[in-house]
Formats: sequence, structure tokens, C-alpha cells
Amino acid sequence: MELVCPAGTPAALRAAVEAGAHSIYCGFADETNARNFPGLNFSPKELAEGVAFAHKHGAHVLVAINTFPRAGDETLWHRNIAAAEAAGADAVILADMGLLAHAAKHHPNLRRHLSVQAAAANADVINFYAREFGVKRVVLPRVLTVAEIAAINKETPDVETEVFVFGGLCVMAEGRCSLSSYATGQSPNMNGVCSPAAQVEYVEEGDQLAARLGDFTIHRVGKDQPAPYPTLCKGCFTSGDQVGHIFEDAVSLNAQDILPQLAKAGVTALKIEGRQRSRSYVAQVVRSFRAAVDALAAGQPMPQGALAALSEGQATTTGAYAKTWR
Amino acid sequence: MDLTIGPNLFFWEASQVRDFYAKIADESPAARVVVGEVVCSKRLPFWQGEIPVAVDRLKAAGKEVWISSLALVTLKRERQLTEELIDAGAGIEIADLTALAYIPAGVPFSVSPLINVYNIGTLDWLASRGAARICLPNELPMESIAKLARAGKERGVAVEVWGFGRQPLAISGRCYHARLHDRIKDSCQFICNADPDGREVDTLDGEQFLAVNGVQTLSCATSFAGREIPALLKADVASLRLSPHTGDMVALTRAFDAALKAGACTDELEAAARAVAPGGQLANGYLHARAGAEWVDA
Repeated sequence: MELVCPAGTPAALRAAVEAGAHSIYCGFADETNARNFPGLNFSPKELAEGVAFAHKHGAHVLVAINTFPRAGDETLWHRNIAAAEAAGADAVILADMGLLAHAAKHHPNLRRHLSVQAAAANADVINFYAREFGVKRVVLPRVLTVAEIAAINKETPDVETEVFVFGGLCVMAEGRCSLSSYATGQSPNMNGVCSPAAQVEYVEEGDQLAARLGDFTIHRVGKDQPAPYPTLCKGCFTSGDQVGHIFEDAVSLNAQDILPQLAKAGVTALKIEGRQRSRSYVAQVVRSFRAAVDALAAGQPMPQGALAALSEGQATTTGAYAKTWR
Repeated sequence: MDLTIGPNLFFWEASQVRDFYAKIADESPAARVVVGEVVCSKRLPFWQGEIPVAVDRLKAAGKEVWISSLALVTLKRERQLTEELIDAGAGIEIADLTALAYIPAGVPFSVSPLINVYNIGTLDWLASRGAARICLPNELPMESIAKLARAGKERGVAVEVWGFGRQPLAISGRCYHARLHDRIKDSCQFICNADPDGREVDTLDGEQFLAVNGVQTLSCATSFAGREIPALLKADVASLRLSPHTGDMVALTRAFDAALKAGACTDELEAAARAVAPGGQLANGYLHARAGAEWVDA
């Protein structure tokens, strides 16, 4: 299986390639991609250099242009698709229907992948995207079980599937969530950010520490406890007489143990989340997953436990891949 | 600008559904009504029989009727249900792009606010496929609404804006109603029917924040675009969408209708909106390019 790894900086791209990534995904340093964080991402020149480096090492580069263009400002998104092609990128990852139509018409030879932000969750809609926009691969939303993924692959012979296997975990269908903009005014779809750091505040309250996002308290922990980042859907809330993590605990995704099932389900590519992560983190995760993928291909047992340290003491989950998660 | 009653997002008893649409048919000045199950296919068998009844009743009352698809189609059974909408006797409102895969070329359709129409390129593509109406996503600011409404008008696509109701913010594979009752989706025992306006989720400070409705997460505050009626009229928005709640929707549509005729919000409209809003809190932040939860004293 192909290992698709994140790069938020040129240094992380090189580190991921050297650690054994088959493909790298990255974005331009603006609001056209879903990890529009300060100090992150690529200029067109950096992208071209990154592509050259990756190609020299036999790796591919996929460019995420996966936010939804603002009405009247579509030019920025169009320019970035052209820049990705000019840089020699192997594919663009798109979510917006208008952009897909634009890319199919004006850049017919640039391979198109469907972003997870399009939340294409069944075989009929995946085949529809392939028919209408020539999409060659779809990144599946994190709402599907392994059995459902296997069923999709049987019915979409002309489209590859890519699934998330490690890192941050969206618990909502991606690209269809405006929780962040409800609390802060900024959303993944419009601005490429979720629960933006600029609106996070940690407030000491006696022996407790409250984490706030916009005007809302997302969780509260003892001052000596680790305070997780206040991502809205991992927050602690009350409902009736219940207090707790109503949507999801502070967990991240780790599907390393089910790689054999994903392979059997016909998945083409495994995606690691984390373009905002450091290059040493990326290199470590990539090495570990590359070892697992290679072991799987050779029919050897999965290497155990290598990633525990990288989940930062946090609990991990296989998310929607297991039916009981729902 | 006219009024559209959106699909009911909640799990109501069949008898309540029947009474609701009968009342809307007989007493509401809304020009059109969208019916159908948006949130969860598991609920559908309990009230499915009311859909053709509502369609006939509303049509007989002179309303334009559309039927919504599910917002998230994953299972084979859900794909089948979505495909069968073609024969439901009303135009289809696509709430998941899957529905469009089944609509024959040239058949007009409506687009739900749960479909991501953020720009003119997407509006154009949907128009070329036969979109007759598009209700814009909730998080769009007035500036984008105005651009899209103008583009829609030029292309003969009616552009609609969310005017009232708890706003759909997210949809998931996981059922939060079931989770709140220590169950999983497969053994939910249809517990979301206990909360006909959604179950409120507050912050640890006791502030109203969100509301869960099965696999859907809504805002706790009720979005209300009354104060923005002059701006929406000026932007050539074709219709305001009012999302059903258990309060008096007939009184609300009448108050909206009067305000549209007057060209501005009235005290009566705002009072009617506060009366229907579950939890009593209104919000209009998105229209002003602010956090959606905010109330801007416009």
C-alpha cells in the first residue's frame, strides 16, 4: 500500500521522503488548504523544489487545495491549481465542485484526487465524481467501517481509495462541519482552520485551568494536569445530568493494528494526518508505518507498539473503522 | 422574497408530522415546503407513510413541494432510499451529492444548505446540471450571499438563505443521542425522539452552546435573519428558509410574511421568533461575518 505523508514545511517534506514516504501531501501558504496555520506550508518556488527532491527519490507530491473558494475570489484557488501543475505536482486534492470542474476543464492532464473534505461516503457518489470530474482517487471520510470501505472498493473499480490511519481524528463528516465557525467565525471550509489557536485562551481559575475557544469554555482540568488543546468536538460539556466528552474524548486515530484488514478491503493508500507537526514527528511516524506496510507486503507480522510514544500519552482509537464506535 | 419551510430535522411522532403539515397547508403563507428525512434513515420507517400524505395535502393547498434526501448516505439501503426519491411525487432536494447521481439530466432539483455552495463556480456547475433552487450554507456572510444571489438571478437559479431555526452545524457517523444514553447507533432504541427540538449541550459554565439530534449537531441558539430582511431584499435573495420547530410555526410564517411585505423586521416578528426558538436565544453572527453564535444588534 502507498503511504501518503504530511509535510507542512520543505524540511518536513525532505524528512518524510527520507523516512520512506511513497507520497507527500502539502499545501500553499494561504487559505486554499485545510491546514492554513501561521508559519506553515509552501510558496510556489518551495513546492517546485520539494517536487524535484521527491521525484529524485521516487516519491510523489500531492497538493491539497481543499477549502471552498470564497465567492468572487476564486482566482486565488485557480492560480494555485495552475501553480501546482507548473511545479510538477503529481496530483491536486480538491473538494469544491466548482474547482473540480475548473481543474478538469483547464488542467485535464493534472491528476485529480477528491479530498476528504468532500465527504464522499458511498460507491454511487464516488463513481459520480469520477464520471463528472475525472477523479482518480478519493480520500474517504471518517464515518465508514472497514466492511463498508471494502464494499465501496468492490463497486468503484476505476477509483482508488485513500484512508486516514494516524493522527488527529475528525469525528464529524469532514467538509460538512461548521462547529468551529459557530464558536469563532473561522471554519475549515472557508478559512482552512478548525478551532484556531488565535482564539484559544487558557484561564487559571483557582486550582483549575479552563481552556476557552472564542467565548466558550471547552474543557477544564486541574492546574497540574495536562491540558489538551481545546478542539471543539473533543471538549467536555454538560447535557441534562451528564457531564463529559459528549462527542469524543481527547483521542487520536491509530489504525496501525488494522492495516491487514484495510489492505484486504482494497485500500490503495494510507494517509497520515499532521501537516502542522514537526519534522521529527513526521519522520518517526513515517518510518514506523513504512516498516508496517513493508512487513504486511512481505507477509510478516505487524511490528508492535512503535507509535505509542507519538500519541503524546493520549488514548488512541480506530474511530469509525470499528462499528461499535458509532 | 418568499418563504420556504425547510425539512423537519427532528424525530417527531407520525401524528405530529401529519398535524404539522396539515396546519402549514391550511394556515401558513409559506410558498413552498421541503419534506423528507434528512438526518437518519433509521427513523424513516416510523413516519415514512406521512410523506405522500403531506405532499398531496401541501400541493392541494397550492404549495410548491420538494422532498429532501438524507444528508449522509453510506449504506446500501440508504442509497436505495435515495434513488427511490425520483418516484416520490415531488422535486428532489439534494442534501448529499449522492442524490444528484440518480437525477436524470434535465430534471430540475433543489440544493440543501448542507451541500457546499460557497462560490459562483460551484453554483454554475450545479445550474448546468439543472439546479432550480439553492439554499446557501449557513456560515456564509452577507457579502458572499449577495454575490451568489446575483449570480443565481442571472442564471435563473433561486437563491435561498437560512432565515430561522437551530442551524445544522455537523453530521457524523456517530450518534450522540445514543452515546448520551450509553448506547451505540445500532442499538439506539430511537432515543432521539425524546427531544423534538434537539437535546441541549451546554458548556461547563452552564452556557447554552449546541444541541444534538441523533447523528446531527445543531446550534443551541436559533438563527434568525429578521433584522437583515432589508439587506437580503436588496441582495435579491429569492426566499428565506424557516426550519421547523415544535413552537407555533404558523404564527412565525405569518409574522415573517408581514415583515417581508413591510420590507423590514417588525417587533411582532422578533417576538414570534423568540417564542418559537427553543431555549429562547437568537443568533445572526454568520450573516455579519462573525461567530455564528453571536447576536449582532443590527
